[in-house]
Amino acid sequence: MTPQRTLVVWCRDWPIVALGASAGEPIAVMKANHVVATSPSARVAGVAEGMRRREAQRRCPEIRLADHDADRDARAFEQIVVALEAVTPRLEICRSGSCAFPTRGPSRYFGGDEALAGRVHELVGGLLAERDACGVGIADGTFAATLAARRSLQRAGSPPVVVAPGRSAGFVAPFPVSALAALGSVPADVVDVLGRLGIRRLGELTDLPRADLLARFGRPGVLAHALASGEDDRPARLGDPPADLDQCAEFDPPAEHVEQVAFVAKTLADRLVAELAGRGLACTRLLIAFETAHESAGGAESVERRWRDEGALSAAAMVQRVRWQLEGWLSRPGARSVGGLRSIRLHPERVGPATGRHVGFWGDVDNAAASAMRAAARVDAILGAGSVMVPRPSGGRGVGEQVRLVPIDSMDAALDPSAAAVPWPGRVTRPHPASVWPTPVVAELLADSGDTVGVSGRGVLDGTPARLSIDGGPWQPVVGWAGPWLVDERWWDPLAHRRRARFQVEVATGAAHLLALEASTWWVEATYD
Amino acid sequence: MATLAELRSLVQPTTLAHERLLPVGSPLDGLFPGGGLARGTTVRVDESTSLALALIAEATRSGSWVAVVGTAAIGWAAAADLGVELRRLLVIPRLARATWAEVVAALVDNMAVVVVRPAVPVPERDARRIAARARERGAVLIVDGPARCWPIEADVVMGVSGHWSGLGAGHGRLQSRRVAVSLSGRRAANRHRTVEAWLPGADGSLRAVPTGRPVTVVR
Repeated sequence: MTPQRTLVVWCRDWPIVALGASAGEPIAVMKANHVVATSPSARVAGVAEGMRRREAQRRCPEIRLADHDADRDARAFEQIVVALEAVTPRLEICRSGSCAFPTRGPSRYFGGDEALAGRVHELVGGLLAERDACGVGIADGTFAATLAARRSLQRAGSPPVVVAPGRSAGFVAPFPVSALAALGSVPADVVDVLGRLGIRRLGELTDLPRADLLARFGRPGVLAHALASGEDDRPARLGDPPADLDQCAEFDPPAEHVEQVAFVAKTLADRLVAELAGRGLACTRLLIAFETAHESAGGAESVERRWRDEGALSAAAMVQRVRWQLEGWLSRPGARSVGGLRSIRLHPERVGPATGRHVGFWGDVDNAAASAMRAAARVDAILGAGSVMVPRPSGGRGVGEQVRLVPIDSMDAALDPSAAAVPWPGRVTRPHPASVWPTPVVAELLADSGDTVGVSGRGVLDGTPARLSIDGGPWQPVVGWAGPWLVDERWWDPLAHRRRARFQVEVATGAAHLLALEASTWWVEATYD
Repeated sequence: MATLAELRSLVQPTTLAHERLLPVGSPLDGLFPGGGLARGTTVRVDESTSLALALIAEATRSGSWVAVVGTAAIGWAAAADLGVELRRLLVIPRLARATWAEVVAALVDNMAVVVVRPAVPVPERDARRIAARARERGAVLIVDGPARCWPIEADVVMGVSGHWSGLGAGHGRLQSRRVAVSLSGRRAANRHRTVEAWLPGADGSLRAVPTGRPVTVVR
């Protein structure tokens, strides 16, 4: 099957464009403490993608850092999508900042691929602050066209790059194999192995027999070879997906809130994914259609968008697309009062064979993670987002600092695990206490004389601990104690400065506590129970 | 899909809930009648966080997910040392009384093990409902707290008693705790059993104390 002639639009630094910042300002968009996008002036200062926040600030002190927000990117991209809908009805959004469409119809209408590419470039460039921030490429298949669009961005003025039919293999040959992971859906570990085998360019990959790649890497190997050969990333057509897979829902009264729609969309998406999985299929392009309650001359207003994904759209990804589409549409400049949403329809436009994992026949351990995520979603629904936490290793000296709780939705942005691996001199030694009180509990530690035990500035005790009472509880005789371990934290910061003396105390019942004396008050920080 | 589910229910070998076990690490496995935590049962741990953590350790390592409800006061570093796979934990630290039963029921539906640490006694009606739900869904409910917190009888009650070593009068540091872990309960667990162990040992993990007879059965 010959790959479809495809046009790809690629906007440079889309997360920066979506911020709507002025040209020339150094900006970096951060995700999980790493730079994901930079403005041109930040790049000139030496800030690059993948850099940490500190490093970026060191190279460019006046840089403005913004958090990554996928919703914002999607909202901002809506205007480009609307503009391109004047050119083609078959637009597919690959990701925020990039979309694709088959050129067959529009190309004939506008008088050839070059004319079409020029027109699209003019159209999209006109909407952006800088005309040359948008690249347009036409080639056989989406992968080659994306590379062409990126190539056009590298040239001055970003003239569109049109690869002649049948020449895509030659065009992609000099590109590095890492493009397979970044733009195709080849797993990064496969690309990594290719690199270590000495295969650096896509052209070198095509010299290998495809059967050998299949034997070594399985399906991803074949996919990599197909992409490098300028073929489309899609396997042979399976025919149009049956229409009965459509999932629709009507709102009566019309839905007024995005959350309301997203909630229903979740059910629809789950059902759709289950239906597809039952036939061994996965959705690679999804059409989401809304119908509003707003009545105009031509009947109800409807909004349709096509979303594609290099791998397969999961139910959660579908809901995210619904949310983006809705928010993007609501943020249109000419957004009127639309009177709510009357119906929503999910239609899988293109399906591929599902290559996902298989669960055990009785469904047990493999289902455990999915089941736990369902539980987390239900609890979040009851208590509000961010109430389900997961413990993640982090660095620190205090008893509660070596592992911290983070909300489960920010799991990708979790704490830096490398901080936990490095040694923390002065940290509390093993065994660790089994209970760490989030807020320390007041205690009283008395000497034989009946006076509260105190510690001098030099760490000398003024009595031997004899009795302990926690939070006003009964007095317990102390059978063993050790300390003080003096902790002088953050002495350079007058507000955060803390001086404490820590003790380990065991009482007659066999319980042991980690006590701290701070400002003449005893606290129980943790208990070894 | 519907036919597949039907077929599955027809041909699935019948396993009674009490025959399905969640693994428990050595030496605690010797305490349990079947050698592990029977699914669908309620275990009350008498005020020992480290024992509760040691109980779930092996289950998390073998792929089961555990929810810990109603407390942020757990030393996760100690949990990791006891062998708990932190990646398979969900923690709901703050929970109001009004939503307590609803949240725990939702977790019991989907998780293999739910550890609750009620700050105040649970109303008897809620306790019965949740225990019944756990029995039906094959989840293990671990209640970490004194008897007054859980007004109904648990299937298994466990406790520890022991002393620390390494701490002197003004010198040394806590090193390890030698404990006797006891288990008593209903039905198959009606014999009182104890096992000697280091909880925690010097490296923070649970270790058996090498003796001739690891488990004592008292009639």
